[in-house]
Amino acid sequence: MKIAIPVVSDVKDTAVSDTFGRAAMFMVYDTEADASIYIQNKAALSSGGAGIQAAQTVVDSEVSVLLTPQLGSNAAKVLKAAGIRLYKAQPGLNARENLERFTQGKLDALEQIHEGFHRH
Amino acid sequence: MMSDRTIAVLSGKGGTGKTFISVNLACAAAPATYIDCDAEEPNGHLFFQPAIKTQEAVNVPVPRVDPAKCIKCRQCVDFCAYHALAWTGRELLVFDEMCHGCGGCAMLCPVQALRETERAIGRVQTGEAQGVQVLSGFLNPGEATGVPVIKQLLNTKHPGGRAIIDCPPGSSCMVSESIQDADYCVLVAEPTRFGAHNLAMVHELARLYNKPCGVVLNKALPGDDPSRQYCQAHGLPILAEIAFEVQLGKLTSNGMIAVKEDPRYRALFERLLERIDQEACHAAVGHS
Repeated sequence: MKIAIPVVSDVKDTAVSDTFGRAAMFMVYDTEADASIYIQNKAALSSGGAGIQAAQTVVDSEVSVLLTPQLGSNAAKVLKAAGIRLYKAQPGLNARENLERFTQGKLDALEQIHEGFHRH
Repeated sequence: MMSDRTIAVLSGKGGTGKTFISVNLACAAAPATYIDCDAEEPNGHLFFQPAIKTQEAVNVPVPRVDPAKCIKCRQCVDFCAYHALAWTGRELLVFDEMCHGCGGCAMLCPVQALRETERAIGRVQTGEAQGVQVLSGFLNPGEATGVPVIKQLLNTKHPGGRAIIDCPPGSSCMVSESIQDADYCVLVAEPTRFGAHNLAMVHELARLYNKPCGVVLNKALPGDDPSRQYCQAHGLPILAEIAFEVQLGKLTSNGMIAVKEDPRYRALFERLLERIDQEACHAAVGHS
C-alpha cells in the first residue's frame, strides 16, 4: 500500500505542508518496501486549479491513502472519485510521525473539506 | 464639443473610487455611455437606477464527456492549462468553473469522446438613465474568469458618443480585456504608499498596451502624497485632484451622483472631461 503526504521538503523528517494544492512536494511511502519517494508538486506555482492538478499527481502516483491537514473541494472530488482514502494529518507532527500515527490507527478520517482558495 | 472617445477608468485595488469617477464622468458627459466591466461586483447601476432595456445571457463552451467513447488516453487532461479536467483512473472529471472554454480538449480527443456544450456564466444588461446608456456585465459567483462577460459587454451596441469604462480592480486579464479598445486610461489613486504601489501596477499595464494615461488623485489630503510623487517621478499628468470630504463620502454611500447634487462637483468633472480630451487629443497627435 502507498500513502501520500503533502510535505515541505524531501528529507525524512520533513514537516507536513499546511496546504495540499500548493505543497512543495508529496512524500509517497510504500508500506511493503518500507521506503519513501518524493514527487514534485507541479501545481505549487500554478496560477489556478492547483488543487485539481495536485490531486491528479497524487492519483497518478497510485496511492491508496492521503494524509493531509486540509483539503479543498475540487481536490477532494478528484481523490474521492479515484477511491483514495483521506485522513487528517496532524500539523504539529512531521511526516514520519504522522505515518506512525496512521499505522497505529490514530489519525481521524478527514471530514472537513474547505471551499478552496479559488482566486487569482 | 462632442467626442466619441472611449475612456477607461482603472485602479490597482478596489475602493479607490473607480466607480465614483466613472459614474460622475458619464453623468457630466451625458449623452454618454457608462460601461461597467467590473463584472464580479458591478455597482454603477445602483447609482444610475436605469430603466432596463435588455438582458442577455453570457454563455461559454464547456466540454461534456461520453464515457463509452473515452479511451483513457488522457491527452485532454495533460493539455488543459487551467486544470479543468482530471482523470481519476476510473472516469474523466470536468470542472466547469475552471474551464476557460478554449475548446482544445475536444479538438485533441482522438475519438471525439468530448463535445462542447454551452453554459451560462453571467449576463449583460443594458438600460438608460437620463441620457446615460448604462451597460453592465454580471459574472455569476464562483466563476474563474469574467473575460467572456467583458467581451460580450464591450461588443454590445450602444448609441455612440462618449463611453466611460468602469474597469475591474487590479491589473488582471479582466482589466486587460476592459482597456483593449480604450482611447485613454484614467488611473485613480489614493494618497498612500499602498495607493502609489497600486498606481504603479496599473500604470505598467497601460504602458504595456501603449495607452495614453493620466491620474486622478482621489481622497487627497494635505501633506505628503506618495501617489503624487509617483506621478512626478514618472511624468504622469495629474488630471484632477479630489479632496477627501466626508460629505462626498456620504453622498456616494447613499447611492447619489455628486455631479447631480453639487454644482462644485459638476464643475470639477466637466473640467476633468475637458482635460482628458486635451490629453487624449495631444497623445493621438503625438502617436501619428
